[in-house]
Amino acid sequence: MNAPTLWIIVPIALGAFLLFFTNQRVLSVLGGSLAILLALIAQFVPIELAMKLGPLSLKIDSSLTVLGRVLLIQPSEGPLLALIYGAAALWFFGAEASKTATRIVPLGFMIIALMVASIAVEPFLYAALFIEMAILLAIPMLTSISRPPGRGVVRFLIYQTLAMPFILLAGWLLSGVEASPGDLALAAQSAAMLGLGFAFLLAIFPLYSWMPLLLEETSPYLVGFLLWILPTMTLIFGAGFLDRYSWLRSASQLILGLRYMGLLMIVTGGTFAAFQRHLGRIMAYGAIAETGFSLLALSLDLRLGIPILFLLIPARALGLAVWSLSLTIIGENVETMRFGAARGVLRITPLAGAGMIVAGLSTGAFPLLAGFPARLALWEGLSRISIGSALWMMVGIVGLLISTFRSLAVISIAEEYTSWERRESPAQMLMLGLGVLGLFILGLFPQALQFILADLPLMFEHLGR
Amino acid sequence: MAATFAWIAVGVIVVTSVALMLARDWRWSISLLALQYLAMFVLVLQHWPLGMASVKVVAGWMSAAILGMTRSGLSGPDSAEEETLPRGRPFRLFAAGIVALLVVVVTPGVDTIMADAGFAVTSGSLLLIGMGLLQLGITAHILRVTIGLMTVLAGFEILYSAVEGSVLVAALLAAINLGLALVGSYLLIASNSQEIESV
Repeated sequence: MNAPTLWIIVPIALGAFLLFFTNQRVLSVLGGSLAILLALIAQFVPIELAMKLGPLSLKIDSSLTVLGRVLLIQPSEGPLLALIYGAAALWFFGAEASKTATRIVPLGFMIIALMVASIAVEPFLYAALFIEMAILLAIPMLTSISRPPGRGVVRFLIYQTLAMPFILLAGWLLSGVEASPGDLALAAQSAAMLGLGFAFLLAIFPLYSWMPLLLEETSPYLVGFLLWILPTMTLIFGAGFLDRYSWLRSASQLILGLRYMGLLMIVTGGTFAAFQRHLGRIMAYGAIAETGFSLLALSLDLRLGIPILFLLIPARALGLAVWSLSLTIIGENVETMRFGAARGVLRITPLAGAGMIVAGLSTGAFPLLAGFPARLALWEGLSRISIGSALWMMVGIVGLLISTFRSLAVISIAEEYTSWERRESPAQMLMLGLGVLGLFILGLFPQALQFILADLPLMFEHLGR
Repeated sequence: MAATFAWIAVGVIVVTSVALMLARDWRWSISLLALQYLAMFVLVLQHWPLGMASVKVVAGWMSAAILGMTRSGLSGPDSAEEETLPRGRPFRLFAAGIVALLVVVVTPGVDTIMADAGFAVTSGSLLLIGMGLLQLGITAHILRVTIGLMTVLAGFEILYSAVEGSVLVAALLAAINLGLALVGSYLLIASNSQEIESV
């Protein structure tokens, strides 16, 4: 047995197998349990180390050769796999409550496996090809054959597909820079290509217009899943570039570029969110700001920035899961998620309303919630470098908080004498309750996940050391 | 001799990519796309052996066939005209002319960056990328968007073949082309469901 087979090929096969199931509960429980199993193996069974189990000797090899190239999962990448598959389990268990299990579980397994392949493939710049395959798989997940696709899906397909050529060409140019480090023109060209590729992939301003559109057109839970897995793995892939090329790491222009892009994402995400009148679009801008926080983390001294980047991952996964599940449940009970239609919805979906608000507050760095510790560390690190940048970050955060309080006002204002009439199912209440509890636990005890997060920087050779 | 064929392929690309912008009948669009892949094959052949270059044309033709078969099964009329401006053929021709002019200007520079891939290869590739992007910029129709994306990728693949000869990359790019065609077909069927419902 080898690691790429276990965490790439097996999940793809599982996804294909699960396509035949139609029962939401079976899919949700089966998918979640299998994802947890993969996460536990990643966390507790060491790669490239023989384990004695009585008379049996078990060893997971790290590499698999495919068509002359290697898929390689290093022993140090075990915690990352545990985190990714653990978070996937969270999404899959919540799928029944959102009634999206038939799409998110099978296709989600395949998408996650392809994103893992993008981290594992050697040479690593071929990752763009696997990411593109994951994007193509996301289309049937987002759309239904019986409903016409909206503009958001088409724009998502176009923007994400355009990223691949830029990244592949940038990878080739970067190898040229390695061979002749003094060629500044070539370095500038490769950096520009790389920047464009990641701008498309991470949906950096102004290329994020598909996100709000998608959240208006499609189930928020499905979009939330993509807004978690795609940027998370892309950011790790991007950090890999910084790890491998020392001239990129030491380029002050790149660090400045990352900082300004991050701030632009946070400020535009926060400000635009504050002015939205659609609950789904607010979540989209929240996710945009989340990506901004991650970019900002990469712009700090990487010994500080990389741990913050990894600390942001579980908060993002849980926050988006709770937010998107809440929106899906609210969406089931109102005509549209526009403010006008969602007025007083708290009276029929109280837990979903609370989940949406708590997740929104967590994204907006509200104290004692999951997003707070990482943002606080980020803010502190940023203020040491530039007070102006820290103030701009505050502008974005204030925007996010305003949008959340506006949403709270809208969903809680009901006609006089409107009675409480809860319409959430037990499964929905259970998942939302656990999710909200998780957001509080991660906020109150940020060290709870340290047993996974502490070892994550080891997957890089130079970053975070 | 090879160079002559390459320049003939560039000529074919000029004709097909411009015609794809102007074509209103899906049958013409699919045929032009298939012809475009043939020209692409000739350009890829400048750097890759016959066996590997054939992968491109086979995958491309299969993709075109997938799109064609899906479209032929749909009952709706060709939505040749976009609802928003600009939509006229003169405008598209003018825009295509600007793209062609840009390609002529940037080809020498890009050719130097791309390890002297050859003027024919570079110009053919840039032309496809430019026309594909133009197509994506002026349409929201699913079939045209899919063809636009496939055109951009075809252009990129020609350029990339000059610097990368990996079998895995060739296989993955072929899979992506086929996947794009399948996704395009899926979206075509989905978009047609509205037309059926609204009738």
